[in-house]
Amino acid sequence: MYIEEIYRVEAPYREDMVVKGYRFGKGDKAACILGPMRGSEIQQLYICSQLVRVLKELEGNGCISAGKEIMVIPVVNNYAMNVGKRYWGVEDVDINRKFPGSSYGEAAARIAGGIFEAVKDYSYGIQLASFYMTGEFVPHVRMMETGYQNTSLANLFGLPYVAVRKPAPIDTRTLNYNWQDEMTAAFSLYTNKNTEIDEESASQAVAAVLRFLTRMGIIRYESHSGYISHVILEEDLSNIHVTCGGIFRSLVKTGADVRYGNKLAEVIDPYEGSVKETVYAPTDGIVFFQYTEPLIMQGEMAYRLIHRLHA
Amino acid sequence: MLEKVYSAQLPVGEDLVIYKNRIACENPVGRIAVVSGTHGDELEGQYVCYEMIRRLEEHPEYLRGTVDIYPQLNPLGIDMARRNVPKMEMDMNRIFPGSMDGTVMERAAASVVKDISGADVCIDVHASDMYVREIPQVRVSAEFAQKLLPFAKLLNADMIWLNATATVHESTLAHSMNMLGVPTLVMEMGLGLRITRIYGDQVVDGIFYLMREMGLWTGSVSPVREPVISSDGEVEFIRAEHAGIFLPNIAHRHYLHQGEKIGEIVDVLTGKVVQEIVAKKGGVVFTLREYPFVYEGSLIARILEQDTQA
Ligand SMILES: [Zn+2]
Repeated sequence: MYIEEIYRVEAPYREDMVVKGYRFGKGDKAACILGPMRGSEIQQLYICSQLVRVLKELEGNGCISAGKEIMVIPVVNNYAMNVGKRYWGVEDVDINRKFPGSSYGEAAARIAGGIFEAVKDYSYGIQLASFYMTGEFVPHVRMMETGYQNTSLANLFGLPYVAVRKPAPIDTRTLNYNWQDEMTAAFSLYTNKNTEIDEESASQAVAAVLRFLTRMGIIRYESHSGYISHVILEEDLSNIHVTCGGIFRSLVKTGADVRYGNKLAEVIDPYEGSVKETVYAPTDGIVFFQYTEPLIMQGEMAYRLIHRLHA
Repeated sequence: MLEKVYSAQLPVGEDLVIYKNRIACENPVGRIAVVSGTHGDELEGQYVCYEMIRRLEEHPEYLRGTVDIYPQLNPLGIDMARRNVPKMEMDMNRIFPGSMDGTVMERAAASVVKDISGADVCIDVHASDMYVREIPQVRVSAEFAQKLLPFAKLLNADMIWLNATATVHESTLAHSMNMLGVPTLVMEMGLGLRITRIYGDQVVDGIFYLMREMGLWTGSVSPVREPVISSDGEVEFIRAEHAGIFLPNIAHRHYLHQGEKIGEIVDVLTGKVVQEIVAKKGGVVFTLREYPFVYEGSLIARILEQDTQA
């Protein structure tokens, strides 16, 4: 294991922010795994740290394939993490909206540029990411439909789902999009949590990354075969919105198999305690995403369902 | 007449409401929309909206069209003096054109787009941010320059900045409206969290001038200034090369000579100057840092290069 300084930000009131890359093996830039760009991505930090731990062990046992190099960047935005903020710096910038970045732009663009320079030549890029909406997902691999995406590669993670998203203008400045633009096969991994650690889904994510690296011949590791992934298009998900604001009481969990007409949630009147609205499943399906906060606004997206794949 | 463009119940005992004020005459010949407050830390537009309505109410007899004024696209942001939509931590000007099947703010964005659609022109008033001060300027993307320049020249701005990549992002309100065929101009001026009344008056004069040219207003108007038109190539960005505290030596909106000292960045703890910033070329300082704390890369000034004083 070799620790490399990827990028350094000097700051008068804090220790320098140093983005560190942990390199394993020597040779072709095979795979790069990147952790939190947002301070809220604690689960993602945990997953990356566990990957570093396992890869260090594997390297010690000679299990990194000859001529292959892996780099893990466990965290980019430790500054935000240490002060309980989501975005970077006093200007509150989302680094994951600044790619490909530049070396002569604003501070966050320079960070993105410095990171991108270090990660863009890898064949496979894996980002532990979070969505812009707060809530829980079924663990999945997400790819951007850029024309270069390869869903059969994404299946090799062995997670239950591979989600393909048509890029909106907002997506073109993300790492995932720019990675694919540079011909890196880019994947974003989503587990069910962000701001708190869920051991079970974290180990599922660690196993998925190791499985992928094994299947690509980058490491030798005995892994379970995982799931056979279903590929879903984000635009095919059915979005369920609540029609009232109030206290949100979810009655199902992500991954639940629901039938048309099943009760999914209730919105409670925050003053009188009575049920203002009952949310029913509009179709048979699997809960892919659920809103997880206790308070909800009128019109907020409470669930996203995958239509059941009838034979 | 006050209208709710969008309304959604917040969780506990309150609605989020995006209002507009429609001021119209009978048989209007056209419609102009003035929007502001997408970024909650920008208040210059609040004065522009107030002053527009005040002048329109004072002389309704001169109005020949419909004026729709939307002061608060991000009302919670303004209330909290936060640039982004509070809690969602999203930049509202990055979710247009929105979606009726999306999140709450995506639906809000879609409602705003729908409401403005059909207007003959739209002015989106911004106020920089709390970090740098701007002269009144219109920002126009190259894509729509031909269509927008004739409008932009009437707005009494100091400057028209063509192809200003910083603000003409695809997911902005302006881009979305221009795509839908509503000529939409982005005005930038002043400083976040502040109101610079002379700038506001200047811009309101410009909007009335534009309305008169469009036949929407028959009252008297003040003559407008001839804006400097610049492309990205003529704008020099000066950025901090070190972190520290920036102390300016110059005033905003002034001509700067080549070699003149713009300011310095100092290290407070050691009492040392870490960077002395000198103008490489002469020009007008149209952007100047107000917020003293800088990182490497922070914007210090933007200078519109001119060989001789205009
Ligand atoms: Zn703005």
